Amino acid sequence: MEPVTKIKLATVWLGGCAGCHMSFLDLDEWLFELAKHVDLVFSPIADVKHFPEGVDVALVEGAVANEDNLALVKRVRANSKMLISFGDCAVTGNVTALRNTLGLDNVEAVLDRVYKDAALLFPHMPDDTSVVPPLLEQVMPVHSVVPVDIYLPGCPPPAPRIRALLEQLLAGQTPKMEGRDMLKFG
Amino acid sequence: MSKTLTLNGKLITARDDETLLEAAQDNGIHIHTLCHLEGTSDVGACRLCLVEVQGSNKLLPACTTMVQEGMVATTETEQLNAYRRQIVELFFAERNHVCAVCVANNHCELQDLGVAVGMDHVRYDYLFPTEKVDLTHPLFGIDHNRCIMCTRCVRTCDEIEGAHVWDVSGRGIKSHVITELSQPWGEALSCTSCGKCVMACPTGAIFKQGSTVAEMVKDRSKLSFLMNAREKKVWNL
Repeated sequence: MEPVTKIKLATVWLGGCAGCHMSFLDLDEWLFELAKHVDLVFSPIADVKHFPEGVDVALVEGAVANEDNLALVKRVRANSKMLISFGDCAVTGNVTALRNTLGLDNVEAVLDRVYKDAALLFPHMPDDTSVVPPLLEQVMPVHSVVPVDIYLPGCPPPAPRIRALLEQLLAGQTPKMEGRDMLKFG
Repeated sequence: MSKTLTLNGKLITARDDETLLEAAQDNGIHIHTLCHLEGTSDVGACRLCLVEVQGSNKLLPACTTMVQEGMVATTETEQLNAYRRQIVELFFAERNHVCAVCVANNHCELQDLGVAVGMDHVRYDYLFPTEKVDLTHPLFGIDHNRCIMCTRCVRTCDEIEGAHVWDVSGRGIKSHVITELSQPWGEALSCTSCGKCVMACPTGAIFKQGSTVAEMVKDRSKLSFLMNAREKKVWNL
């Protein structure tokens, strides 16, 4: 039988490579099992423009790297009962935060590198600057911007790790994040 | 002569010349370590093996504390475990440890310790320092982003190889390991290119050139083999 009330699940993509979402899709046929218990109300793999209100669980992939990320993660926090830092970029900054090591004035150097130095044809910044959200001075892990309830490390978190977490949540338990299978970074 | 002491409520016997860490290990009691390396001297740099000793008002590193008759020590308490997690978090916050793109991913003692102490995230602000990578040596490289200042390379090079290429320069958070008088490693004439520092390094800081993500596996047993052969005349690998 279908559960009467389904959990409202959202997955969010901030500054990351989408690898965590690929790993989520690696749940394969268990996704059908998951779909019996949750409504996917917001996700890069669902055509929803605005993060809704009243979300139960939000999986947040990626670090907070630009002003769009910052505004979205605040909206996610304000409208979600449980926020899960999903993967190493969300938990530590990871590869997304590598530019921080260039110092506090890294933004111009990074944009120049991407749009000018490395471009084969027409090296220039986009004419419409609004298509590139302004980068923050420093890339930050999610918990340095908003409170986080659960941390799910891994680059990406392996599908069995994601499943183990979601199964415990669906069973109404506080997830146990212990041991190599659940905690190894990288 | 031997000494009798109480470790975690259990009476144990230890040799006179043993440290608390060795006595614990001989009795099957595990204490987390990082700067300790079988075959080299102990310096108590990482503070992970801190234990409670009755009668001492401070915590003592098990690796540099000698056993004493009647000593009463505890290796695991809630407070000690909390400190150990803090220490590991501070290691991660101090330099730029990015497991996902590290040569030592899956073979790293710091990464393993993160799991062992239950680190699901780092509560301290990352410092994101600007650190150098020295690739001037023809075979090896050092990435200071991944160095935790355990000084295992320094002790290994000095005590096992007898070359003393490595040393420490600077103080506190500004300290770094250096080759010779802070010259590029490739110009260090005293380096024999033996690779023992590569084996000794617990993270991906010192590595063989050409290794990419997760490829740098280190065989530390070769170091203890050398010391056993030299000191105890035991030649079994």
